[in-house]
Amino acid sequence: MALLEVKNLGISFGGLRAVDDVNLNIEKGQLYGLIGPNGAGKTTIFNLLTGVYRPTTGTIKVDGVDIVGKSPSEICQNGVARTFQNIRLFKKMTVLDNVKAALHNQVKYSLFTSFFRTSNYYQSEKQMNEKAMEILKVFDLDGQANYLASNLPYGKQRKLEIARGLATNPKLLLLDEPAAGMNPNETAELMETIRLVRDKYNITILLIEHDMKLVTGICEKILVLNFGTELATGAPEDVLNNPEVITAYLGE
Amino acid sequence: MQNIVKEKKNNSFTKKNLLITAGIILGFLVVMYLAEGNLLNRQYKSLIVPIGIYIILAVSLNLTTGFLGELSLGHAGFMAIGAYTGALITLNLNMPEAVEFIIALIVGGFIAAIFGVLIGVPVLRLKGDYLAIVTLAFNEIIRSIINFLGITGGAMGLSKIPRYTNYIWVYILVVLTIVIITNLVNSRHGRAISAIRDNYVAAESIGLKVSKYKVMAFVIAAFFAGIAGVLYGHNLSVLKPADFDYNKSIEILVIVVLGGMGSVRGSVIAAAVLTILPEVLRAADDFRMLLYAVVLIAMMLFNSSGIRTKLEESGKLPKLPKLTRNRAK
Repeated sequence: MALLEVKNLGISFGGLRAVDDVNLNIEKGQLYGLIGPNGAGKTTIFNLLTGVYRPTTGTIKVDGVDIVGKSPSEICQNGVARTFQNIRLFKKMTVLDNVKAALHNQVKYSLFTSFFRTSNYYQSEKQMNEKAMEILKVFDLDGQANYLASNLPYGKQRKLEIARGLATNPKLLLLDEPAAGMNPNETAELMETIRLVRDKYNITILLIEHDMKLVTGICEKILVLNFGTELATGAPEDVLNNPEVITAYLGE
Repeated sequence: MQNIVKEKKNNSFTKKNLLITAGIILGFLVVMYLAEGNLLNRQYKSLIVPIGIYIILAVSLNLTTGFLGELSLGHAGFMAIGAYTGALITLNLNMPEAVEFIIALIVGGFIAAIFGVLIGVPVLRLKGDYLAIVTLAFNEIIRSIINFLGITGGAMGLSKIPRYTNYIWVYILVVLTIVIITNLVNSRHGRAISAIRDNYVAAESIGLKVSKYKVMAFVIAAFFAGIAGVLYGHNLSVLKPADFDYNKSIEILVIVVLGGMGSVRGSVIAAAVLTILPEVLRAADDFRMLLYAVVLIAMMLFNSSGIRTKLEESGKLPKLPKLTRNRAK
């Protein structure tokens, strides 16, 4: 069974049909790409998958569980994590605290424990620190654990956002333009990291990207979106040679 | 780096707590000396209790304003609820002083917290300016209701409230407030609250229940405001609704802003400075409030602009502890 099953997904904003009849089947462990020209509805699909918007039509199932109508925080607890196109970090918190905030639902203790710091507090915090540092290490951010998130260079902020998403222990990770604004070296490094994360944490990844090198380099399957509808689906080489896709990107 | 961070945390666990305990005891001795000794005259001695009350108010408001990032102008409303509840309890109960006062403090805090839930659940859907205006309105509603009710003595207020508040009670409650709020801020709940402040869309996306934590911060702040109110009433012995108008709320907000949003230490220092300042300026007589405003502007500029950093870097000024939160290295 597919990990993510999307059927006839659609949303209208007033008279505008932003996403129309999109079907998506992602197998467990797959690295899936979502591409398309600007305004095609890629980020809207992410917002639908994470509960920011409620779809007008269609169903979304994650690991067999219907998530339509659930709140973003409930969907996160169902195993969907994401990053944002315009980075949304907790800027005034440290890098470590950004990840620890995402561990909120994994390591729990009561409000009473928070108030009076019983021994449970120290144990849980230690456990959180270890988990968070382990994730930061994967992204080579462990050296900057005590920096404020806003003081990180751009590329590292993007990485921290992925680390934070990963800390929620997702089954499905949605990356919205992870390589935006990165130079070729950083992009190459990011590709390695994404692959590593997929294998190490055994998760499924769906990503939006404009950098075709990254898309062809790591995605196993691609969905091309144009004006909110599916244009093509398939392996990267096939899809990118499809004349319709080329027309959509470059015009006639 | 990773190891250094961890080890520091583990070792400091008991040692740090010991140091803090020693600091609290030492602090108490200093306050006791100031209150009982001959260093200060009566005028300044009478400021010790108000300083403590303002510290509790400012530190708790900082939870809403600095850590949750929502502007609340209704803090005096919660204080009023606590003050009147506490006063009515001690006026009507016939129990030993300490028992009566502890009951008043706890019940005063809880009633304020209950109002915090009632107000917080609908109101915290608003943000920024809108929330500020609604909380301001809440403050005025509470004041009008107290003015109108018979049990609260109407505009005349309550009088002959026993003067139970002294520097010992205040010191204990100040320490408790600071410890609890600092602990909260550095816990998983506190991180959730700060995360919501920094970016609530991202906070939702990592599975935090935004409305739950907003209400939680608001209610905890209301609870401590209620306790401060009880102390306030039992210090002055008289309560009038006019004491709790929006000026009071703004006064508390000024302390929080001057001390630095999200800085508990800053709130403590600012509460002390701003309570003492009007007394020091008493000599200036007519120009008192004018000078107060000028000093306030000067302090704000000094603290937040680059002047201070420049002076410190050039060595003309010793490095003072930063009031505003700056954890970056």
